[in-house]
Amino acid sequence: MGHTQTEKIIAAHLADGAGTVRPGDLVEVAVDVVLSNDITAPIAIREFERLGVERVFDPARIVMVADHFVPNKDIKSAEQCARMRQFARAQNLPHYFDVGRMGIEHVLLPEQGLVGPGDVVVGADSHTCTYGALGALATGMGSTDIGVAMATGRVWLRVPETIRIVYHGRLRPWVGGKDLILYTIGRIGVSGALYKAIEFAGPVSDNLSMAGRFTMANMAIEAGGKAGLFAVDETTRAYVDGRARRPYRVYQADDDANYAQVVEIDVSQIEPQVAFPHLPENVRPVSQAGDVRIDQVVIGSCTNGRLEDLRVAAELLRGRQVHAGVRCIVIPGTQQVYLDALREGLIEVFVEAGAAVSTPTCGPCLGGHMGVLAAGERAVSTTNRNFRGRMGHPESEVYLTGPAVAAASAVEGRIAGPEEVRR
Amino acid sequence: MKMTGKVWKYGDNVDTDAIIPARYLNVSTPEELARHCMEGIPGLAVIGMTASPFIVAGENFGCGSSREHAPLAIKGAGIACVVAKSFARIFYRNSINIGLPILECPQAVEETEQGDQLTVDLQVGTITNERTGRTYQVPPFPAFIMDIIQAGGLVPYTRQRIEAGHLACQTEIKGENL
Repeated sequence: MGHTQTEKIIAAHLADGAGTVRPGDLVEVAVDVVLSNDITAPIAIREFERLGVERVFDPARIVMVADHFVPNKDIKSAEQCARMRQFARAQNLPHYFDVGRMGIEHVLLPEQGLVGPGDVVVGADSHTCTYGALGALATGMGSTDIGVAMATGRVWLRVPETIRIVYHGRLRPWVGGKDLILYTIGRIGVSGALYKAIEFAGPVSDNLSMAGRFTMANMAIEAGGKAGLFAVDETTRAYVDGRARRPYRVYQADDDANYAQVVEIDVSQIEPQVAFPHLPENVRPVSQAGDVRIDQVVIGSCTNGRLEDLRVAAELLRGRQVHAGVRCIVIPGTQQVYLDALREGLIEVFVEAGAAVSTPTCGPCLGGHMGVLAAGERAVSTTNRNFRGRMGHPESEVYLTGPAVAAASAVEGRIAGPEEVRR
Repeated sequence: MKMTGKVWKYGDNVDTDAIIPARYLNVSTPEELARHCMEGIPGLAVIGMTASPFIVAGENFGCGSSREHAPLAIKGAGIACVVAKSFARIFYRNSINIGLPILECPQAVEETEQGDQLTVDLQVGTITNERTGRTYQVPPFPAFIMDIIQAGGLVPYTRQRIEAGHLACQTEIKGENL
């Protein structure tokens, strides 16, 4: 019996030397990259210090990004950032990213070539699974795991069963990675991949751009998944080559790999999707959204903050105005995305349309700052979670979409499909 | 180790934004976090310091964020144990790592109501519902996870391994560049 991509990567990283693994095994693996951010690093550092270890296992393998509550939203957030900054300096971490040079971590790390195919990446952020788009085994953990990994370079893992999701058919206009992953979560549910890895496959995902793949892998956690991986192909290599700071290794699933489940999805009938409150599995096609008036639109995040996402939004906002009743907030994922969008004229499009453009931050996605909702308010957002109170007041509502529906909705003042705007 | 007390019952998919809304993630001590535990669920009292010692919940408890603040808030609020049909995987790891007892037992959850009196014996892995008189046996943790629990969490467990010479930790900075 062959092995999945996930099993092969784990087997190659066993702390006591490469071997073979099966789903259910509890193993210790050597990690390639250990990530944390301004809200999870302070606890990770506290636990690291409790270990009594002087130095991180390898400074070049530790990445810290100030992205959640930055630029500092209040004194307590400033103190958390200061704690992380001091640790990064004391440990001489070359990959510490602060305001003005940072980005939303899961847009930033691939862009900077800090993660690559075949890596095991652990991060104190649940959306660490984003790097599965590169063919890495990347998974979110808590701060204690990350504190220990910073000291030892190791983590314990339960080798997951793998679900293979195969996409066939022809994508309709305006349907992208976000729509595919929302549709998938609607199919398998928010615990559909609990304790498992997902491997995305089939002709549609093979043709997907890197941006679309990052979006899909990013939301594997929203189905409960430990990781969400794509096979490494020419698209991956074209993205990674010239960026990767280390040599990378490619692990492909065997043809006779053992999958816990295979899900086949025909994309031909899939419309742009909307996840209604308060779970990412509550998806509907945009044509069946009904008349949902909105107060705010957020375009950005680790899910949809890449240049390609901003291009889609700009295409719909160009020459149009954000609806008078809507605050539209656009957040480029990194400084580089911001600069590229500026040079392409996209930022001008957003500002002329009446949108606010922000420096990179996770802020509004988790109700931190830069777009917190009041009671009774509704937001359409290209982010990844619509739990109750996620973006502010417990009686506010979040509707998850891709950038096309978000931009169209910003213009119409209600949930709207891109075709409605283009009429 | 036996614990007895009343139950707070929740449904499926209790997410980490419900357990501890992100606006409180600018602090990280269990005491501060406990004040806002479960504040994300409107209409239900904040658990606070007058807590019942048991949370009993449905599927996928703790889904969402990796924030360790969630189990820390629950622990800080005085919760002795969480019993659920299933746990989101990061929450599961975090709980083990920080020494918050959690038990997976779908049948016990099915047959437990808000306010029931439970007795939980972590040593033998049993949950007894005093109202119904039923006792449920929970499958034991794998030996490796039991080691972490018995050490008092991942940090003391790792310390023991370092001190026993099973793990070599860096005391010098490596020159290798990423």
